[in-house]
Amino acid sequence: MASRSARSQTAPDPMAGHDMQAMSADPYAAPMPGMAHGNMTTVGRVDHDANGFDPTAMLTDWDTGRTELLPDGRTLRTFEVEASDREIEIAPGILFPAWTFNGRVPGPALRAKEGERLKIIFRNFGSHPHSMHFHGIHSARMDGVPGAGLIGPGEEFVYEFDARPFGCHLYHCHALPLKRHMHKGMYGLFVIDPDPARQSDPALSAVAASRVLGSPENAGWQELAMVMNAFDTNFDGGNEVYAVNTVGQAYMNEPIRIDKSRPVRIYLVNVVEFDPINSFHLHANFFNYFDTGTNLTPTLRTVDLIMQCQAQRGILEFSFAEHEDGMYMFHAHQTEFTELGWVGMFDVRGPGA
Amino acid sequence: MSEQSQPSRPTAMRILLVLLPLAAILGSFVWIASLDPLRSFNNGAPPIEALTVERTVLDQSGIRLLVRAGGSEAMQIAQVAVDDAYWSFTQDPPGPIERGNAVWVQVPYPWVLGEAHNVALVSNTGTVFEHEIAVAVPTPQASSSQFRLQALVGALVGLLPVALGLMFYPAMRGFGAAGMNFVLALTVGMLAFLLLDMMAEATELAAEAAAMFQGSAMVWLSALASFLLLMAIGRWRGRPEGLALAFYIALGIGLHNFGEGLAIGGAFAAGAAGLGTFLVLGFALHNVTEGIGIAAPILRVTPPLWTFGALTLLAGGPAVVGVWAGSLAYAPQWSALALAVGAGAILQVIVEVSAYLLRQNSDRQAVLLSPAVLGGMLGGISFMYATAALIKV
Repeated sequence: MASRSARSQTAPDPMAGHDMQAMSADPYAAPMPGMAHGNMTTVGRVDHDANGFDPTAMLTDWDTGRTELLPDGRTLRTFEVEASDREIEIAPGILFPAWTFNGRVPGPALRAKEGERLKIIFRNFGSHPHSMHFHGIHSARMDGVPGAGLIGPGEEFVYEFDARPFGCHLYHCHALPLKRHMHKGMYGLFVIDPDPARQSDPALSAVAASRVLGSPENAGWQELAMVMNAFDTNFDGGNEVYAVNTVGQAYMNEPIRIDKSRPVRIYLVNVVEFDPINSFHLHANFFNYFDTGTNLTPTLRTVDLIMQCQAQRGILEFSFAEHEDGMYMFHAHQTEFTELGWVGMFDVRGPGA
Repeated sequence: MSEQSQPSRPTAMRILLVLLPLAAILGSFVWIASLDPLRSFNNGAPPIEALTVERTVLDQSGIRLLVRAGGSEAMQIAQVAVDDAYWSFTQDPPGPIERGNAVWVQVPYPWVLGEAHNVALVSNTGTVFEHEIAVAVPTPQASSSQFRLQALVGALVGLLPVALGLMFYPAMRGFGAAGMNFVLALTVGMLAFLLLDMMAEATELAAEAAAMFQGSAMVWLSALASFLLLMAIGRWRGRPEGLALAFYIALGIGLHNFGEGLAIGGAFAAGAAGLGTFLVLGFALHNVTEGIGIAAPILRVTPPLWTFGALTLLAGGPAVVGVWAGSLAYAPQWSALALAVGAGAILQVIVEVSAYLLRQNSDRQAVLLSPAVLGGMLGGISFMYATAALIKV
């Protein structure tokens, strides 16, 4: 399979060059011909069923809640989120005692539309106080900090606010110590699609329409939800495993299928703790970047690398339409993060292939 | 219990009296294991984990580590990262590692000659055990040319200086009582330095070993045991003197030189600074006094010539064996054990040479503080300390 070719181009030959004499003859010769650097990999596979979530499924798994019409004609969108403690497998064989929203890390990718009224019913079934702090525009009472929506175990709180501004946002637990509550797994995407009707320029209105989940214009895109996260498994203030959507090297073992006839849009957020900056680098291609997604024109055009500080996020748009079929890599260009798990492959093929 | 005051019990009764407490021990163990009376202490804490890397082998196939588990439960190595990169690895034998068991972890990592690497073993609970490879060089493998080279080094630091020291024998034979006392005291001083040096080295090595080996207790107790055993053997037929005493000194020094050989061989294996000529010369100078010490008790006797060869081999030969053993990579606990046994042997000869020195003089108290003895003793220690500065790197 594709993943296999990505992992080891050359099988290591344990018998190759075992001879001490040969080695001392030229100690500076390129060593160990049998060892392709394709051995840079975790060993084994994560049990996604036991985890209860699958990184591949999470790419397109948007939580749109349930909607009803308010008397004033607006839409009320209601989400239900539960916090719970859960041990998850973040790399093959490595278990992490996580705090989760809805049993998964990252938490559900909440998606609403600009101008809607939002209601998030939050219940804390965890062992510690938690909250949901949304990056958006809302009142102080709804901010999810101590004294405003931070609840103890067994309690419930309902956050209510309007969906604005449109863009690619996030929510996270804002209980203190914040660093611990973040890196234990309490974060998720919070995407607000723009309302095309609010755009006067027809061109921008078309762009906005393409971002509205479920619209005919949106159907022409492949949208992916990606949360760059990491885990400090020994709690020493440094991460042991880096990933997109929790499982290190998940998309090396199971490359993301890309239909090259449709453009790709990635909703990307960085929630890595301890390291100030994370990045996204796309191989063999360039993309447009909409920082925070709050504008319909790109912040950066034609780049192949963007940086995000902690909690920074944005939208990436690119196309493989003109490319050969093949495996195209993407990863953080902090190579340390790459080699500790934050690396993946796009398996680019035509629609029928 | 006194056999005389009580009628002797029948054999069956005696066996029963032993079996009863044994049965009670067995019964209580079964009870504890089955009822688990400590379960109320279970606070949900993860098990204690411990991994100790005992050997590191670098070769054409990558990095191999001998890893011993010492946790409260069987441990699992989930992933291995080298220099912050997860790398494929194989474990032999595979599966969870029981407490006390050791496995080989093979990582096909293209290590870089002369540079440092850091291997991180990540357990299933996410605990990280790091192992530093300070300087990556191919681990010497058992080949005849390698063996010959190492034997040469061992001979230079072990055999040669002992032989050179013994060459003072004819000159020392002319010494009077004071000169004799000086040489014996010099020997005691030299041995005292070796004793401290070996115990320090042994405890340092023991600290690197897995906790279950109880490094500190193992070192002190095995040194004590070796001292007592050698004392008992030595005193089997009276106090050792003359040639017998010389052989005991040679044995103690031989064990010390074995330890020195281990360290040199270990330095080879670890790639620590190619053993320079300067270092070899330092060892040779440092060990010259050992030959003088061995000669000290036989100044009043005339041993056959072959005994000098035998003494040299016994005192210096183990250095060769030590370099071999050390370069093939060794576990720290076994090196610590060898050094501790050697320290016990050194202590035995310190006691015997001191006793011999005292017996040579009628006024025992006065001789201890005489210029010859005090000077010899301090001279021996100082010489060893000063020359050790050449070899401690």
